Amino acid sequence: MNKRIVITGIGLTAPNGNSLKEFRHSLLEGRSGLSVTDVRYMGKRVAGFCDFDESKYQKKKARRRGTRAGAVAIYCANEALSDAGVELGADYHHDEVGVYLGITEHGNVETEEEVFQMHENNLDYKLWSPHHNPRTVANSPAGEVTLNLKITGPHYTIGAACAGGNAGIIQGIQMLKLGEVEMALAGGVSESPHTFGIFAGFEAQGALGFDLENPAQSIKPMDVSRKGTVISEGGAVFVLETLESAQKRGAKIYAEVAGHAMNSDASDFVNPNTARQVQCMHKALKMAKMEPEDINIVSMHATGTGAGDISESKAIMEVYSESEDTYINFSKGHIGHAMGAAGALELAGNIPSFIDGQIHPGINCENLDPECEIKNLVLSKPKEVKIINSIMNNSFGMVGINSSLVVKRFLA
Amino acid sequence: MTSDQVKSEILTIIADIAPDEDLSGLQDAASLRDELDLDSMDFLDIVMELRKRHKIEVPQEDYGMLATLGSCVEYLSPKFQ
Repeated sequence: MNKRIVITGIGLTAPNGNSLKEFRHSLLEGRSGLSVTDVRYMGKRVAGFCDFDESKYQKKKARRRGTRAGAVAIYCANEALSDAGVELGADYHHDEVGVYLGITEHGNVETEEEVFQMHENNLDYKLWSPHHNPRTVANSPAGEVTLNLKITGPHYTIGAACAGGNAGIIQGIQMLKLGEVEMALAGGVSESPHTFGIFAGFEAQGALGFDLENPAQSIKPMDVSRKGTVISEGGAVFVLETLESAQKRGAKIYAEVAGHAMNSDASDFVNPNTARQVQCMHKALKMAKMEPEDINIVSMHATGTGAGDISESKAIMEVYSESEDTYINFSKGHIGHAMGAAGALELAGNIPSFIDGQIHPGINCENLDPECEIKNLVLSKPKEVKIINSIMNNSFGMVGINSSLVVKRFLA
Repeated sequence: MTSDQVKSEILTIIADIAPDEDLSGLQDAASLRDELDLDSMDFLDIVMELRKRHKIEVPQEDYGMLATLGSCVEYLSPKFQ
């Protein structure tokens, strides 16, 4: 269990970039990926869609059989392997690889579409697709990756609401430490904006943000005028290896995993719990054998909802109020809330800071909510610092699930 | 509907179900399963699309009639009328 785990490859698609390089550039430049879309039954709203090439790694027939989340996962997994320089069958046997993907939900897109088609066809239930079951089983996005890459090691998804991205990575780390696999493809994916239900649900909660005149301004985390979150799709998959394996094959190393924690609020279906968020961050720091002042970047969950941003701001101030060199940022102003992919994407977006020494800013916060006052909050323009050694990535979700993941600069 | 029109409708459905395949040289007698790498789920899709687009029902015992393009046309032509 004392194995050192490192990140050696990153594949991603976000509403504002289809590679780490593009995504990082967009985050530093403040480029939004949000646009106006027509939502079934509801009309125009704002969402974040990705424009990666589905056919780059997947045949059209396989895409037709599968799901959008599967297509996202396949793209990200292939990009991650390519980035890591891993050749399956040569560097690792196909049965030594595990696929662990965090999801917020899965199957809603397919189910809604089937119900819609049935409704449009006089409730003829015989039109219900034979593909419905394989498409909607919860392991589907991860399973599609194994079908695509002929991976015969374990695969499953981790349902963890909006903490899904972190949860997928943590699962991969744990399976490597246990020796269950030799390499993990781990991260998170989301196809959420292809279902109307999530829009309707957030709107019913009074937590859906949209600005049809200026879609880029639809989500304003931490701003006093914030109205709610924006639904996005996306994915990020990391190649995780033990340090020993990575060094043996001469891999480039983006970062080393330092610590992680997950816990439960056990207090409310929707409202966050500041005390449990604080506890989660402390647990991750403890595993990392770090003090708060050792962390240089805290990537916030910051969804742009009223209660969520306040709770997290208070939690961060409680943990980091004495830390002079800890800077705080967020990414949802750029890309919206990519649900199960959010944590993985936001970690990926920050990792290049180990190399470029820049902290990307949170955008769309022009009038900081006094209840969200945080020291060293990076807003509007990037912050350049001498050196960045560690990042804490926070992701929290409904029904009270919290996650904090700490990665650090790799030092041999 | 003429046989050619029926064939065209069937090819439209197959093109959606097997989008990677080139159907231009498909012979009437060739096995769809072998020629286009169709599996049982694809045939279920064909049955489903016939029902959705043309209100044509194909009972399970007749699935074998969809083995080739030619047999599809022969079997389905009366149903398209």
